[in-house]
Amino acid sequence: MGNFDQKVNKFIEIFWEQNGYNKVLQGLQNTLMIAIAGLIIGIIIGTVIATVRVLPKYKTLPKVLNAICSFYVALFRGTPMVVQLLVFYYVLLPIIGLKITGVQVAMMVFGLNSGAYISEIMRSGIQSVDPGQMEAGRAVGLSFGTSMIKIVIPQAVKNILPTLGNEFISLIKETSVVSFVGAADLYVAFNYIGSNSYEFMVPYLVMALIYIVLVLIISLLIKLMERSLKKSDRRN
Amino acid sequence: MIDVINLKKSFGDVEVLKGINMTINKGDIVAIIGPSGSGKSTFLRCLNCMEDPTSGQIIFNGVDIADMKVDINIHRRKMGMVFQHFNLFNNKTVLENIMLAPVYTRCQELKKAKRHNRLAAFSKKEQIPVTTTKEQIKKEAREQAMNLLKRIGLEDKANVYPSTLSGGQKQRIAIVRALAMNPDVILFDEPTSALDPEMVGEVLELMKQLAEEGMTMVVVTHEMGFAREVASRVVFIDEGVIKEEAEPKEFFAHPKDVRLKEFLSKVL
Repeated sequence: MGNFDQKVNKFIEIFWEQNGYNKVLQGLQNTLMIAIAGLIIGIIIGTVIATVRVLPKYKTLPKVLNAICSFYVALFRGTPMVVQLLVFYYVLLPIIGLKITGVQVAMMVFGLNSGAYISEIMRSGIQSVDPGQMEAGRAVGLSFGTSMIKIVIPQAVKNILPTLGNEFISLIKETSVVSFVGAADLYVAFNYIGSNSYEFMVPYLVMALIYIVLVLIISLLIKLMERSLKKSDRRN
Repeated sequence: MIDVINLKKSFGDVEVLKGINMTINKGDIVAIIGPSGSGKSTFLRCLNCMEDPTSGQIIFNGVDIADMKVDINIHRRKMGMVFQHFNLFNNKTVLENIMLAPVYTRCQELKKAKRHNRLAAFSKKEQIPVTTTKEQIKKEAREQAMNLLKRIGLEDKANVYPSTLSGGQKQRIAIVRALAMNPDVILFDEPTSALDPEMVGEVLELMKQLAEEGMTMVVVTHEMGFAREVASRVVFIDEGVIKEEAEPKEFFAHPKDVRLKEFLSKVL
């Protein structure tokens, strides 16, 4: 195992003495920022789309909106994240003439992409809430939108929290492709360490470890949140 | 107060209501009975447009609320509704359940008035006097809600969630939730059908109290005792039309319609 010790020493040397940890911290920050921004934008877009999809459809406007939403979901679920990143960064943004960094593009694309997935999650959540809840809201004179926001969606979110947590976890893991558009995430940081030491084994193992720890922490947070949201259930 | 004129409702090809006419005056307690599938619940749900009528008119306080152009939410605030399955808001405490709609609607009105006044200040139009604040509205609604809870003896349940309550308690809270909007009429959709037999009494008792206080009520029910004792009028709906309508004494003692006779012989 002398060889392995050597590799570890090399990694530690670059990590501590040549500012590797700075890059890793920067990468960690970008990874988390992209995933969190993606989740927040995704939840907003997803909720709007899910709401449109459960609208009663005997008027024209809901029908049109529904068609737009279906198209959006098909588009973002039908193409890989990498392709979306590349198209946004190298095709769409130059056309619009917008100059933003890779991290910002990644946040945007992750948000749009997870919005498509979360819309389906949210829709099943909304449909899992007893229709009587909406009826009761409407019966006391609240509008469809108000009943949705105050009564149905909070209950829907409680039902789908584990699935939303999964979505966040997969967002975190998917951030490992953002280097395609020049965003410095964890992968970029460890790749830097690896290429400076000509030694990739330890950096990549440490990278894997960091991802696992991140995911475990998030799972724990979700569990805690679930428990606190359960207080309106009998079994708490 | 409510005039129903030639109300029809179809679900797809199935015509559930085939032209119903009814007048409900202030203080009336109308009990609607009929076999299942007769359209009585659909009729009740059409009264506050939970189901949009296919054709016909529902004149409520002088406005045809079956017209799709009418802002139904404003009129629903004056029509309470109580459901078979209670439908308390599961994510709100008992107190919040009762306060939610009154606070929300009054705050909306307040906001609207303030917005109007801001605009009116420029165009030198008349100001709407604003005499209240958000905190004031909340405080009043809380007091009112607590009084309503006291009335049904559940003030100790104010801060618990509905899932911890019994069916009878839930239904009584659902009734006072409707009362909190100070409605002109309350619609009851089989309010005791989902209850354990021992809890039916407490709900009927509360409904009886409301009736004695002069609340206008429309009740779809299977409780013949309630229809006989409390109702001022009993209506028999079958096959989407009103087959018979009379005062309870006359209705139960001398039914004329064949289907009604058959129905009564089964349920009494």
